[in-house]
Amino acid sequence: MATTTLDSRIPPGPIEHKWDEHKGHLKLVNPNNKRKFTILVVGSGLAGASAAASFAELGYEVRCFCFQDSPRRAHSIAAQGGINAAKNYHNDGDSVFRLFYDTVKGGDFRSREANVYRLAQVSLNIIDQCAAQGVPFAREYGGLLDNRSFGGAQVSRTFYARGQTGQQLLLGAYQALEKEIASGKVRMFPRAEMLDVVIDGRGRAVGIITRDMVTGKIDRHAGHAVVLATGGYSNVYYLSTNAKGSNVTAAWRAHRRGALFANPCYTQIHPTCIPASGDYQSKLTLMSESLRNDGRVWVPKQPDDKRRPDQIPEPDRDYFLERRYPSFGNLVPRDVAARNIKHVVDEGLGVGPQKNGVYLDFADAIQRLGRKAIEERYGNLFAMYEKITGEDPYVVPMRIYPAPHYTMGGLWVDYNLMTNLTGLYALGEANFSDHGANRLGASALMQGLADGYFVIPYTIGDYLSGHLGEKLSTETDDFRRTEAEVQERVNRLISIKGTRSADSFHRELGRIVWEYCGIARNAAGLQKALQLIPALREEFWSNLRIVGGPDQLNQELELAGRVADFFELAELMCVDALDRDESCGGHLREEHQTPDGEAQRDDEHFQFVSAWQWNGVGKTPTRITEPLEFEYVKPTQRSYK
Amino acid sequence: MNLTLHVWRQKGPADEGRMVQYEVKDVSEHASFLEMLDVLNQQLIGRGEEPVAFEHDCREGICGSCGFMINGDAHGPMPGTTVCQLHMRHFKDGDVLHIEPWRSRAFPVLKDLVVDRGAFDRIIQAGGFISVATGEAPEANLIPVPKPVADRAMDAAQCIGCGACVAQCPNGAASLFTSAKVSHLNLLPQGQPERFDRALSMVEAMDREGFGYCSNHAECEAVCPKEISIDFIARMNRDYLKAKAQRGMKTPLQT
Ligand SMILES: Cc1cc2nc3c(=O)[nH]c(=O)nc-3n(C[C@H](O)[C@H](O)[C@H](O)COP(=O)(O)OP(=O)(O)OC[C@H]3O[C@@H](n4cnc5c(N)ncnc54)[C@H](O)[C@@H]3O)c2cc1C
Ligand code: FES
Repeated sequence: MATTTLDSRIPPGPIEHKWDEHKGHLKLVNPNNKRKFTILVVGSGLAGASAAASFAELGYEVRCFCFQDSPRRAHSIAAQGGINAAKNYHNDGDSVFRLFYDTVKGGDFRSREANVYRLAQVSLNIIDQCAAQGVPFAREYGGLLDNRSFGGAQVSRTFYARGQTGQQLLLGAYQALEKEIASGKVRMFPRAEMLDVVIDGRGRAVGIITRDMVTGKIDRHAGHAVVLATGGYSNVYYLSTNAKGSNVTAAWRAHRRGALFANPCYTQIHPTCIPASGDYQSKLTLMSESLRNDGRVWVPKQPDDKRRPDQIPEPDRDYFLERRYPSFGNLVPRDVAARNIKHVVDEGLGVGPQKNGVYLDFADAIQRLGRKAIEERYGNLFAMYEKITGEDPYVVPMRIYPAPHYTMGGLWVDYNLMTNLTGLYALGEANFSDHGANRLGASALMQGLADGYFVIPYTIGDYLSGHLGEKLSTETDDFRRTEAEVQERVNRLISIKGTRSADSFHRELGRIVWEYCGIARNAAGLQKALQLIPALREEFWSNLRIVGGPDQLNQELELAGRVADFFELAELMCVDALDRDESCGGHLREEHQTPDGEAQRDDEHFQFVSAWQWNGVGKTPTRITEPLEFEYVKPTQRSYK
Repeated sequence: MNLTLHVWRQKGPADEGRMVQYEVKDVSEHASFLEMLDVLNQQLIGRGEEPVAFEHDCREGICGSCGFMINGDAHGPMPGTTVCQLHMRHFKDGDVLHIEPWRSRAFPVLKDLVVDRGAFDRIIQAGGFISVATGEAPEANLIPVPKPVADRAMDAAQCIGCGACVAQCPNGAASLFTSAKVSHLNLLPQGQPERFDRALSMVEAMDREGFGYCSNHAECEAVCPKEISIDFIARMNRDYLKAKAQRGMKTPLQT
């Protein structure tokens, strides 16, 4: 179905009133009628669990799906640092407007103002909700909530629970979800992987097809609306900070059925991760951004300096972030730090056995504040670092290197979080809406919970109210056809019987995407990637080996299906990165840099969202644009000098 | 280093299962235990054999997906560590390792090292929450929580629900898991209204699911990757006993 224009349905009026006005005019479903609707929620991370629980509380019938053995294990559990909210508890000048402003600017003027403003507004409710659920946020001695400044923000607006904020927020949402499972309003399907979405003849989402990951059974589920909260796609790079299971399949299957995929090339590479130690490396571990508050980043001035780091005197060290950015120093935004770190390593100045890292040194901070203070701030992170590397960061500087971490791109959604396919919604990291070309620290947790607790419960009613009395059935041609296609694909993967494992293809694909569509991109590299990826994809489909059959727990089959989708996504990422002939946020095109090496936007030609329409495997996708307007925050060149 | 592994292989829930021996060569000391198994699995696939199924996701010690026994220890020999965070530098060349799934009546084996831990979710369903629907919450700072209380609640809330406590317990008890959630919520002011009902229903759910009884072996605390203290079990038992006593009373207990 050809979509040519996009209606983002941004309500009229001044930005402070848009959301309230909009809520006031959304159509409602009568409380007694809510139970007549079934909503399918795919995903049980912060976005999915909060949405599923909230729907059930309102009275809707809910089915919730996740691929882990329990909804509590969704990838959100791994978030460490914290969650932003404009509470201004510290009286340091924070406000809804400032959080909005910082987020739009941080996103390098590639996000939608109205969405971001709403996000900042509901951030206040999120903290209230989570505190009431018993999330054990850090407290001050007076018993009130503690905040810290995070990711270079000039105000203290980040709420946290030790180094496990994501875990505690997710457990809060999970517990609310389990309560509704107990009440019978939610039926939970763990170990169920969504393999397709069912679209009816009128272009409406009416259900999904799942695979039971224990028995291999393919199942149909019908719903009045389908909500995808299936997370981000950083694992396209193979090595990333994401959980091993994180994948793009649900969003990608929707894309293949007509949902537009927006800004796929906007990916965030996090500067502070533990470098890879060998070719068996299966993932990369994030070391929280907060470490840059006290750690100093440096490399030896001489390549191949064989001295122990503490033996290298000051004049022989290059504190390159402090040198290049005197006012922000080590606290420059993620993309700026990541780029600079890659640059010095590429120049041969890297440290460690593989020469693939830079030092993050706490010696000064320990001397200034004492070991105890550093222990209090970062004890658990230091312990984790030591567990992984066998080195004690109190004595030897940490080694860090950037790693893919978050994907700002995702399914295109309107202000109501509906994709261009009627009845299909996308929440959390799976959508594209709030972070523009770069996400600020502690804002993903905020967005996931904003979408799930405070946006979708309102906006979905507006849609459902028009469909009262519609009977659900899985015995339709649309379901039969989609199920058959899913089955056919599973059979096809199994029957290739080649020689290479899914993992080996994934690793190779990841290396290509990292090399040509990673921290810095250029036209020649992207064109090269656009030849390498299809060639490897073809080999995948002719030389894949899956051992074991389809009707059982088969982790190779699961992985192969995800890798197959990563291939197609990787291609789209490169198409988008090539098409976006400017730099912005995390998307640095080497052709477009300021004299200081910063991202140089081209607002005249690229101040829009690129929403891509699928045209088939190996076919050029169609770009549809949503122009962006900035009424409240005037686009400026970011500068962190 | 070179290792000899004896790994539990079981095709499905109905299969009997058996130990199978594998040799793994040239393992790097920097690899994690799961990465060592990845290497083994790639070799198995190369030979056309089914890889060993094991559960994992975050590989950062926080999601609670991973876990199996290594030479009789849940999550292996290092304290406070999940298998995904266990690195090979703690083993030596020539080691012989026996790798088995969690063994507990309440955790049936699904395949190889993968077990069904659904019983844990059902214990949470019995009362491991505070009833506050979205939108009902008061302003967050209206409920001050003394810092020591918040910190203590956080100590309990850290549980990752991996199941090591059950697997190591000679009785197969789930007391550490259950008490961690009961204590997290019952310590906080927000948790007071449902405190005694929560203790009662969660303990009853634990029994219903077929977990054993706690007889204070403290093996659970020793293997818990989050080092959760058995003091929480005592705390849960106190609330449970009070709740039992309350059953016969007309007026509810003061919290
Ligand atoms: C190490 C790390 C640290 C982070 N720290 C922070 C931080 O401090 N602050 C911050 O704001 N953000 C942080 N982030 C980012 C943030 O954690 C994520 O963006 C956010 O949690 C995503 O939530 P989500 O609900 O959208 O998706 P997820 O939590 O990824 O959940 C996805 C869900 O979808 C399910 N799913 C996926 N595909 C399918 C399918 N095909 N079928 C069925 N189910 C499926 C999964 O089972 C899961 O339940 C961090 C990220 C990482 C990797
Ligand atoms: S894989 Fe998540 S805790 Fe080990």
